[in-house]
Amino acid sequence: MTNAQENTAVQAKTFTRTVSSARQFQNAFVGGLIALGTGIVLIPLFLIVGQVIFNGISAISVDFFVQTERQMSAITGGGGVLNAIVGTIIMVGLALVMGLLIGIGTGIFLAEFSEHPLVPLIRVMSDVLTGIPAIVVGLVVYGLLIATKLTGYSAIAGGVALGLIMIPIIVRATEEVLKLVPTNIREAGLALGLPRWKVTLSIVLPAASSGIITGAILGVSRVSGEAAPLLFTSLGNPDLVWNILQPMGAMPLSVYNLAFKALTPAQNAQAWAGALVLMLFILMTNIAARTLSKRR
Amino acid sequence: MTTDVKRPRSMTSAADTTFKNIIISLASLVLVAVFLYGVVLIAGGFPAFAREGFGFIFGLDWNPGTEKFQALPFIAGSFLTGFGALIIAVPLSVAAALFIVEYAPKWLAVPVGYMIEMLAAIPSVVYGLWGIFVLIPAVRSFQSWLVGVTGLDWTPTGIGLMSAILVLAVMVIPYVCAIARDVIQLVPNDQREAAYALGATKWEVIRYGILPYARAGILGGVILGLGRAIGETLAVTMVIGNASEIAKNLFSSTATMSSLIASQFGEAGGVQLNALIALGFLLLVFSVIVNLIARVVITKLTPVGTRL
Repeated sequence: MTNAQENTAVQAKTFTRTVSSARQFQNAFVGGLIALGTGIVLIPLFLIVGQVIFNGISAISVDFFVQTERQMSAITGGGGVLNAIVGTIIMVGLALVMGLLIGIGTGIFLAEFSEHPLVPLIRVMSDVLTGIPAIVVGLVVYGLLIATKLTGYSAIAGGVALGLIMIPIIVRATEEVLKLVPTNIREAGLALGLPRWKVTLSIVLPAASSGIITGAILGVSRVSGEAAPLLFTSLGNPDLVWNILQPMGAMPLSVYNLAFKALTPAQNAQAWAGALVLMLFILMTNIAARTLSKRR
Repeated sequence: MTTDVKRPRSMTSAADTTFKNIIISLASLVLVAVFLYGVVLIAGGFPAFAREGFGFIFGLDWNPGTEKFQALPFIAGSFLTGFGALIIAVPLSVAAALFIVEYAPKWLAVPVGYMIEMLAAIPSVVYGLWGIFVLIPAVRSFQSWLVGVTGLDWTPTGIGLMSAILVLAVMVIPYVCAIARDVIQLVPNDQREAAYALGATKWEVIRYGILPYARAGILGGVILGLGRAIGETLAVTMVIGNASEIAKNLFSSTATMSSLIASQFGEAGGVQLNALIALGFLLLVFSVIVNLIARVVITKLTPVGTRL
């Protein structure tokens, strides 16, 4: 609240004595409803986070991180999600390479070549990409890479799908921070006789790096929870694989499969444990991105 | 003498041109991507469109056994769940946004805002898992109670439209709330001060000074929320039951476009595969339209000075 707002609030309080009781009641009633509504919004958060921790913690053990889904047993539990953890790291890594390359490039284009006639079109198209459902991205990559037999169901296809989702997030972050870099700095560089590419790459980009890193972390946090684009691209794999041309597991895919297959208490606990690991990872990346952007 | 003065390096630099070309080609990849989305989905879905004609959009019969592929039940499912979720989510989101911006002191507003944003960070599959193990049993007991009271001949399963609407409502709240917060924050303080000066109570300030100003922005946020809800896949797939028919009542099993793709693609072949890709194309078209409308609403209808 700004100072001015606080002052007016104080003044309003002194006036309420002359306000009719019906209006006073209405005011208090709506205030109560608004507080109640906010409370209702927060209930699911506490329920979900609480239940994921409470139900998942029992199945968390060292084995859960060093064994694979192949080793899971319906009755005794056992096994783990190493295959999915490795798969998520590899595919999100692939997506990050693609997202950073195209995302930063496009961000530079939108911010540094703003007089170019293609700028408005590319900005709208990048926004359009943001709104496309993840499942559609999966279908497109299936049609593009797998139906055409360019690759089979593979980590590379999954990485491309996640990368497509990440691109607009990084474009937006890059464009916004580049625009915050003062023009003076660019002019100073140009005045020293530096060519424009060098001004952009060695002066403007480093000045904006923390914002771009924040955007990249947010992108990672967003795509690491996505299972929909991986269903028909990386397909999932209960074994640990490193070859990006083979089908590969991922954390959200494991949670999805475990939740659907769960029949025994052991399987239930493992599904919750998978959700716990996934959620912790995403909350951590989110907090990292926030801390970074606050420090800026 | 002047003829052999060297021009400044930066003006002749071939590197600059190369750099510009690289940047432009990287940016063009965004256009190529959007273009490919359209081409791949149209090409892949065409056999299904050709076979069913307008029946694909307006017909009710989806049956892989008899090779009939008409998608109206799922289009209806997407919009039913989307609007249902909004009916629950919008009042709550606006209330939370007003609480954060207008009511709560800073020490409370910051953590509350932070927690609502955290709802958006929880992955779809985790919502789905929670839906399967917590929400569905809860809806099932409510349904049993309802059957006991009214004597309807429903079989209480908990799986279906209602569970999907509830999960989606929770998932959409952070998006609608974030935009509502932004636009309410952007309402000029003059509006508040003028209303207070007239002797308005806090609620009257909000009702007559703030909400009319923020209305268009909030509407834009609501439309974006609809886009989110229509595209949401796994959480819905896990609780809706994926029956190929329009929901008969609030609790019956049905499917949305995205949940049907997720649940049938794995076993699909032949025309069914084409039909699912065609469904993906419809989903793409709906989400693009919804997003563009939201953008237009936010930029065109918001009073000058309060634009995002």
